[in-house]
Amino acid sequence: MPSARKTSSGPRSGLIFGDLWEFDPAPETADPKLKARYDLFIGGRFVRPRSGRTFDSINPANEAKLAEIALAGPADVDAAYRSAADAFKAWAALPGRERGKYLYRIARLLQDRAREFAVAETLDGGKPIRESRDFDVPMAAAHFFYHAGWADKLEYVAPGRIARPLGVVGQVIPWNFPLLMLAWKLAPALAMGNCVVLKPAETTSITALKFAEILQDAELPAGVVNFVTGAGETGAAVMGHPSAAKVAFTGSTEVGKAIMRQLAGTDRKMTMELGGKAANIVFDDAPIDQAVEGIVNGIFFNQGHVCCAGSRLLVHEPVAGQVISKLRNRIRVLRVGDPLDKNTDLGAINSREQLGRIRRLVASGVREGALMYQPPCRLPERGYYFPPTLFTRVTQSHRIAREEIFGPVLSILTFRTVDEAIEKANNTPYGLSAGVWTDKGSRILRMSTELKAGVVWANTFNKFDPSSPFGGYRESGFGREGGRQGLLDYAHLA
Amino acid sequence: MSPPSPGRIPVTKTPKVYVGGAFVRSESARTFKVSDATGAFFANIPQCTRKDLRNAVEAAAKAGPGWARRSPYNRAQILYRLAEMLEARSGELVTSLVRFGAREADAARGMAVGVDRLIHYAGWADKYEQLLGSVNPVASAHFNFTVTEPMGVVGVIAPDSPPLLGLLSMLAPVIASGNTVVALASEKVPYPAILLGEMLATSDLPGGVVNILTGFRRELVPTFATHAHLRAVYAAAGADERKALRLGAAASVKRVRFADWSGKEWFSDSAQGLGPIRDFVELKTTWHPIGS
Repeated sequence: MPSARKTSSGPRSGLIFGDLWEFDPAPETADPKLKARYDLFIGGRFVRPRSGRTFDSINPANEAKLAEIALAGPADVDAAYRSAADAFKAWAALPGRERGKYLYRIARLLQDRAREFAVAETLDGGKPIRESRDFDVPMAAAHFFYHAGWADKLEYVAPGRIARPLGVVGQVIPWNFPLLMLAWKLAPALAMGNCVVLKPAETTSITALKFAEILQDAELPAGVVNFVTGAGETGAAVMGHPSAAKVAFTGSTEVGKAIMRQLAGTDRKMTMELGGKAANIVFDDAPIDQAVEGIVNGIFFNQGHVCCAGSRLLVHEPVAGQVISKLRNRIRVLRVGDPLDKNTDLGAINSREQLGRIRRLVASGVREGALMYQPPCRLPERGYYFPPTLFTRVTQSHRIAREEIFGPVLSILTFRTVDEAIEKANNTPYGLSAGVWTDKGSRILRMSTELKAGVVWANTFNKFDPSSPFGGYRESGFGREGGRQGLLDYAHLA
Repeated sequence: MSPPSPGRIPVTKTPKVYVGGAFVRSESARTFKVSDATGAFFANIPQCTRKDLRNAVEAAAKAGPGWARRSPYNRAQILYRLAEMLEARSGELVTSLVRFGAREADAARGMAVGVDRLIHYAGWADKYEQLLGSVNPVASAHFNFTVTEPMGVVGVIAPDSPPLLGLLSMLAPVIASGNTVVALASEKVPYPAILLGEMLATSDLPGGVVNILTGFRRELVPTFATHAHLRAVYAAAGADERKALRLGAAASVKRVRFADWSGKEWFSDSAQGLGPIRDFVELKTTWHPIGS
């Protein structure tokens, strides 16, 4: 048989297909309908920034400039808060069933333009089109649809109390799920009757500004939602604005702590959804093939740019050899490359800065004595890419076992007993999520009880739903998003 | 009180703090003088240090898992039993409050409210879960449910007024859900909290679930703020202390809540309910597969 690829270290069963046939390119071709320039969205209109400044948004897949984005300065943030405050009284007074109709409209309009938004999301952030098409955009629409239905049922949210909106809410979201995080933040805030000033991440502003077009089409009253774009300084201005009744932040634990310090001395309400270093625990009675798929989804979903990523694999010793060898085989056939290609599994790393961070932490893993495995794979010449990476012989004190890498890098540790698994899983300052793979229902519930994490996935990983509260323990933050519990975090209880 | 026998010297008590189910002095051997409302010397009270606070956190952390595993019904009965004890010995507590300046009627009413409040939270122990948790109708084949869990060790910083009702009102919702507590008693009127410790010791509450320190706020508040094993702080605090608590809490993303009732509000039903319980539980969502 001719020409198995030379990169292969010899024929292995199960890899024949991947080694023999090259995939044809299968790019998604829907038009993302990008503008060359995006202004701020304040008071229902696109407005030039008073700062007079702009910055470029780059496609991380090829480093090409996508659009010019307005940079909001303090005066712009101020204007956004003023417009939100002006809109608040009427918005909060609107009967819930009418507020809900706007949210339903938004959900529907987003569904109408789903493919266009998926392509824009992939261009802007580098995630595989398969994920933005099948996960990010539909899930964003689902969040609006779910919360729309709450708007006229607020008297059922808190028994014995009256739930009222807080006022103007400041929100800052990350670059890993730009549109979905926007939906998580906006939908419950609006259903409760709050107005919003939101800042998307500087590397992924485009879908938020495209989303502003949907808000216009939905005829959402002017000022109810305002988008200001920019980097850390703009974010600090949004979080620190004196007229914010509440701030909600999703991002790194480091920045979350800085915001908490910034707001010390105020009685501002806060929701913090911060970093994680989730344990994904595989027991010897787990369905191994299913678990391997789950491990891959847990760490390589969205290039590992997931705060709840299963970045620490804890494998039961009796099956460790088997799991690791299957994992190695599995990641050999992961396709890394053009995010717009429908066959791509791992797209581009979101930014040069993030790529540098991943490289530094991976280098520390090698330096500290862990054993690295990367499958042979050709990365595109331009753009920011990192191959799927496994580390074995990892100890709990290694940086790659303690720090959030936020990239496609899995640290593998082993355990012998249930208690050891629990101990190791909880040995982290974080507590966002955890995974458990076992055939025993009672063991799932035991583990779920003992794991100090806000979300526990059993025989699955990285599942989300608008009705399912999501959020962290300990240094992974506080407050919840999703469900009745998440909605309550946007309410003042009288 | 019956008149003392002529010539008999009364036996005074050495107040100690209640930590880990035992009565101890400060490890520093420091005390501060407390006088009663007439200005007469009353006693030397332990002036607890950061080290005492750390020891108390250790005691609370040891007691935590056992207390959290008690059934809600059992926690309810223990809180109710505590109310029974306080009701029976409320005279002693009222006397101590009056001795430090409370009006008799206020002290008596405060005790009655305090006992009733314990019963209020005893009743909550096996009910809040059904109101705060949920089964979530997710779109995939999972039984998805959200339950509460206690946060762990919670620091409680009691108000000076009302010293005892304030402390009780803050303790009860925190321990009802299975948290354990390290509390700082009122600096101005610490003695009623020491008496409370003596009553806790004879209740069914396991040692270490509630630990009560006395001392100076300015010395102890910074450690309440920064101690990483305190997962939350519940404080009746002024503006400067609030800021200090929030600043210190940021380092370990500690949950900080303030008791905002003042004066008479502590006596009203609005100073109790589900809210203070919700403030000290974490929500955990589990995705359990359906089918195989």
